[in-house]
Amino acid sequence: MVGSNKTLKFGALMLAYLLLIVVVLCMLVPYAWMLSSSLKLNKDVFTFPMQWIPELPRWANYVDIWTKIPLGRFIYNTAKLSIIVTVLQLLTSSFAAYAFSKLQFKGKNVLFLGYIATIAIPWQAYMVPQFILMRSMGLNNTHLAIILLQAFSAFGVFLMRQFYQSIPDELCEAARIDGLSEYGIWARIMLPLSKPALSTLTIFTFVSTWNDFLGPMIYLTKTELKTIQIGLRMFISQYSAEYGLIMAASVISIIPVLIVFLGLQKYFVQGVASSGIKG
Amino acid sequence: MQNETVISTGKPPKTGVSKSVKEHLVAYSFIAPNFIGFALFTLVPMIFAFVLAFVKWDGANPMDYVGLKNFNRLIQDPTFHKALWNTIIYTIGVVPLTMVCALGLAILLNQKILGRNIMRTVFFFPYVASLVAVAAVWNFIFSPTMGPINNILHAITGIPIEELPRWAADKDWAMFTVVLFTVWKNMGYYMVIYLAGLQGVNPELYEAAELDGANAWKRFRNVTIPQLAPTTFFVLMILIINSFKVYDIFINLFAGADNQLNDSTRVLVYQIYNTAFRSLDYGYASAMAIVLFLLVLGITIVQFRGEKKYGQ
Repeated sequence: MVGSNKTLKFGALMLAYLLLIVVVLCMLVPYAWMLSSSLKLNKDVFTFPMQWIPELPRWANYVDIWTKIPLGRFIYNTAKLSIIVTVLQLLTSSFAAYAFSKLQFKGKNVLFLGYIATIAIPWQAYMVPQFILMRSMGLNNTHLAIILLQAFSAFGVFLMRQFYQSIPDELCEAARIDGLSEYGIWARIMLPLSKPALSTLTIFTFVSTWNDFLGPMIYLTKTELKTIQIGLRMFISQYSAEYGLIMAASVISIIPVLIVFLGLQKYFVQGVASSGIKG
Repeated sequence: MQNETVISTGKPPKTGVSKSVKEHLVAYSFIAPNFIGFALFTLVPMIFAFVLAFVKWDGANPMDYVGLKNFNRLIQDPTFHKALWNTIIYTIGVVPLTMVCALGLAILLNQKILGRNIMRTVFFFPYVASLVAVAAVWNFIFSPTMGPINNILHAITGIPIEELPRWAADKDWAMFTVVLFTVWKNMGYYMVIYLAGLQGVNPELYEAAELDGANAWKRFRNVTIPQLAPTTFFVLMILIINSFKVYDIFINLFAGADNQLNDSTRVLVYQIYNTAFRSLDYGYASAMAIVLFLLVLGITIVQFRGEKKYGQ
């Protein structure tokens, strides 16, 4: 009995590995194909059976792409927007969350309820009036529009407040008795303690701004203002037969996200996981 | 409650008005930077959206109040019906498939398996990888005549390439292609949520079930599934909402240089976008946006009710 049970378990384990390896391959093949094609001439991209490692890797694709489209400009724009939005988001969210979590004031519950209620409303439902408002302020075709649109999310305030709730009030109280101002408590006690939550918010905000598509598509129609997503999209639709170059540009557009993701993965996973288990 | 008691014992109640005013000012100064931006660029447009739904406006000429006319138009507009229908079909395709894949992978990765952290990374990465780039690769791989998928299918089955599905370019296969792509791209995200849920299941329940002689299937059926019910419910709600909001995936898989979608691939948000930014029919677009809002609101209400039931 024991023996048969063991072989069964061994078999099940092998089956699990087999399944997982198949899925891993399915997940990885597109990237491998992207990388391989980015080093090929257009005429060689679709040869079948395909050659995974090109005999003569065409590194020139990675040189030409910078002059074919203003890729450097696109990356600069995207990096600039992502960094500004992330910094603003971290500052204003943690600031507001401190008041919601540790201070008493009139209208606190109503204001917080307002924040919560809007989390459930999809941005796509009010993107049109938002655009009309921005345009009336002269912000169409400016990066400021994207910054203002992304930097003050209710999600950030909510996430930071959840974390601050787990920090004991006694800590703030002790600091107050020691003569620290509220700003001092925020800067010297709350911020250092909330590194995990700040990291989670950083990676979420950075990646979502980096990958944002519809926002830049509505607001940024001038080529020199475009972000990598809509810039790449423009290139793909204009030069749809430049397979090698398209793949090279795609690889380049993924690398920054890959670096941020691998570096902060722990916090990303924690953030996703905690969104499932209500905190 | 806890806050109040701490603060009321920490400070004598009568310290004078000026101190309380100062405390309030300090509190508001913490809120203000975020709240001003939030109110101006989120709350105001939200309210404006409801006003716009009842007017006719092209953004240049004065607004015309038209009452419910925009909504009457929605009821009779076959293009809008098609967009709504496609969105629903897409949701029905994506939601169960994503849930099954995500749960399956989570259960496998929850075992003592070599390289599980690497696999988790691999499964999760498509979720954060830039959509435009991965959609471009998919379109190449699924290219009807040149792509490796159809070449492999041709080599295996011997069916001439012209008779194989044309995937994204085929009106009968487009929805299948986009569902497959979405599952590939997003299942890692939901897998992580499931993994967290699985880690919350008390191991003693499994031991007890094993002692009672329950086999793997019975343990899955009678321990895992019921224990994961709150997680499954949460995943279901988020998946439905995200499917309703879809736009960028469709544009990147199907649209040409003009960013237009045809009748078999148009979705709700595309219709809102086009009506507002191409036809400059802001009022009508806002009426569509209200429909999207109501759909999501409906799901959210179900979610709140469910969370009360499953909560704690």
